[in-house]
Amino acid sequence: MADVGKTPVARNEKASSEFGYVGIDAILEQMRRKAMKQGFEFNIMVVGQSGLGKSTLTNTLFKSKVSRRSVMTTEEERIPKTIEIKSISHVIEEKGVRMKLTVIDTPGFGDQINNENCWQPIMKFINAQYEQYLQEEINIDRKKRISDSRVHCCIYFIPPTGHCLRPIDIEFMRHLSKVVNIVPVISKADTLTLEERDFFKQKIREDLRANEIDIYPQKEFDEDAEDRMINEKIRAMIPFAVVGSDQEYQVNGKRLLGRKTRWGTVEVENTTHCEFAYLRDLLIRTHMQNIKDITSSIYYEMYRVRRLNENNTKPNGQPAIHANGVPEHEVLSHEM
Amino acid sequence: MLCYFCASLMIHIRSVLKGQFTQSFILQNLYNLLSSIKFLTCDFQDKQYVGFATLPNQVHRKSVKKGFDFTLMVAGESGLGKSTLVNSLFLTDLYKDRKLLNAEERINQTVEITKHTVDIEEKGVKLKLTIVDTPGFGDAVNNNECWRPITDYIDQQFEQYFRDESGLNRKNILDNRVHCCLYFIPPFGHGLRPVDVEFMKALHEKVNIIPLISKADCLTPNEVKKLKDRVRDEIERFGIKVYQFPECDSDEEEEFKQMDKELKECTPFAVIGSNTVVEARGQRVRGRLYPWGIVEVENQSHCDFVKLRNMLIRSHMHDLKDVTCDVHYENYRAHCIQEMTSKLAQDNRTDSPLPLLPLPTPDVETERLIKMKDEELKRMQEMLEKMQQQMHEKDQ
Repeated sequence: MADVGKTPVARNEKASSEFGYVGIDAILEQMRRKAMKQGFEFNIMVVGQSGLGKSTLTNTLFKSKVSRRSVMTTEEERIPKTIEIKSISHVIEEKGVRMKLTVIDTPGFGDQINNENCWQPIMKFINAQYEQYLQEEINIDRKKRISDSRVHCCIYFIPPTGHCLRPIDIEFMRHLSKVVNIVPVISKADTLTLEERDFFKQKIREDLRANEIDIYPQKEFDEDAEDRMINEKIRAMIPFAVVGSDQEYQVNGKRLLGRKTRWGTVEVENTTHCEFAYLRDLLIRTHMQNIKDITSSIYYEMYRVRRLNENNTKPNGQPAIHANGVPEHEVLSHEM
Repeated sequence: MLCYFCASLMIHIRSVLKGQFTQSFILQNLYNLLSSIKFLTCDFQDKQYVGFATLPNQVHRKSVKKGFDFTLMVAGESGLGKSTLVNSLFLTDLYKDRKLLNAEERINQTVEITKHTVDIEEKGVKLKLTIVDTPGFGDAVNNNECWRPITDYIDQQFEQYFRDESGLNRKNILDNRVHCCLYFIPPFGHGLRPVDVEFMKALHEKVNIIPLISKADCLTPNEVKKLKDRVRDEIERFGIKVYQFPECDSDEEEEFKQMDKELKECTPFAVIGSNTVVEARGQRVRGRLYPWGIVEVENQSHCDFVKLRNMLIRSHMHDLKDVTCDVHYENYRAHCIQEMTSKLAQDNRTDSPLPLLPLPTPDVETERLIKMKDEELKRMQEMLEKMQQQMHEKDQ
């Protein structure tokens, strides 16, 4: 191993490292090895009215039956009276990389007659996950690796009306964009022609801007020029118009996922038909780590600061910060 | 059919390259090759491919952008070659303008702590290396508790990190915790001296200690072996917990396992350092020129320098940092919190300073009791605060 220092890649060595090299880039390999052993975690929440294709889309995204519908033994088609939060975890593996994927479904959202405050149970759930993580973090005997149940990303399904965002959409996104990464998608996009789609997207973007709703990728979290360039391209395309399907059809001699109708077959992964591939690339192939980082370093930190300040206000009104930030045991209301 | 072709191609390439390059290099190139083949031919496979296998690369990219940091402490008496070894390890020249004190000045000298920071970049990976030196250790005539400034320094770094971590703004926490301590044992004696034993025992629960036999060029191979065995026995006898290499997984490659076994059998490493370049066997190498021969630093049969460098930098750097974070720092934090809450209850003040020296580790049962008592005390303290607030309002 003595001449392992000489690598075939010719490099202009700096004056300080005369010959051979130190080998600090091997730390990347060490990190990678460790990461592969540990595995990753990703928690994704899907929100939208029933019938918009949430379960189908999650199945399509991860190419396996991970949604709530696939796990339920009987098809319960009833609309629940209140919003329920159901989370289902699967461990999926690809090329040696293991990921614990948790899909959090919210049946009952927006389905009642009176939908006021329908975001509150969801907000409470998200804050409860932050709280749980915080409690683990300030524990005296901390676990080596705290299992991360914080919601990393929330996909919001917009029905393809073709006009503009509805009040419930705006209310929900306004409240939740402050605590979680929101990725809105236009669901069942096979009912819109391309012109209608572009018009709808433009209207949605205007509505979001008018209501100051910051969806992922947020402008203010761009780190450098390279990131900004990539993210600007994405921002010009959101919300993605998606079609989900878990059935395969034969098209031009190839088997593809799609929806077969009398007038043709909608191919899910064809970028001229719908933007599913872009959504998948964004969420999984390129920005997954970024999503997790924003959740843990920005949203979680905001929650933590709020909690610490709530519990440490002294009688004379000045905030006093204990060095270990131990909050009181009574849980205060977290709703905004 | 395609897979069979790929597999045979892989075996062929592997056998061609195996002689010259490292495992990781082979694998990296094979992976690149295979992915390009896959891109060209396998269209149907894309259907089954979700894509989160790129996650390690995404994490990769972020770390490369941010860069890494590593803090290394060197401890040992003067003249054991600490500075030279550091320069040899990282191919830097950190101690250019050093002034050495003479004997009189050293009689009453206290141990100082000096820090040197250097930024190294290689293949796009940035490392901020901090070397903490301890000049004056073991140099005075009376060396009682000469490790005290060192333990205080380590605790201070833990305390600073603890405060930062518990604070409100956690965006840019500077991690100055000492990740590893190289302890230099002089080769002239017969094993560990009392000061060595006491130093290591004071530090083994706060930092990863790697003992080294310095200036190994004054020992013959037999003497080296005897000294290593002796030091190993004494370390075990005195119950000193030096840094243990983590166990290999059963699914690691054979070569890796073999390397790991060799490393474990070789501790403590017998090292030689050199700042000078000499001509040996037609090549320019770092070494020491003697009338009877040339000692090459990077020659494995001469000393264990290469093993130390590989272990420290190329294979275990990340693990050293992990053990510091997960074990030593957590110990410190647990003790700190326990001490703080018991002190708060006694003094009934909210502004007590954090103690610098942690208590000895209690056992599990006691810890549970302490935790229960802590929660009780916290509740009592909250009640007291509420009562104070009510009294304050009544007064107004």
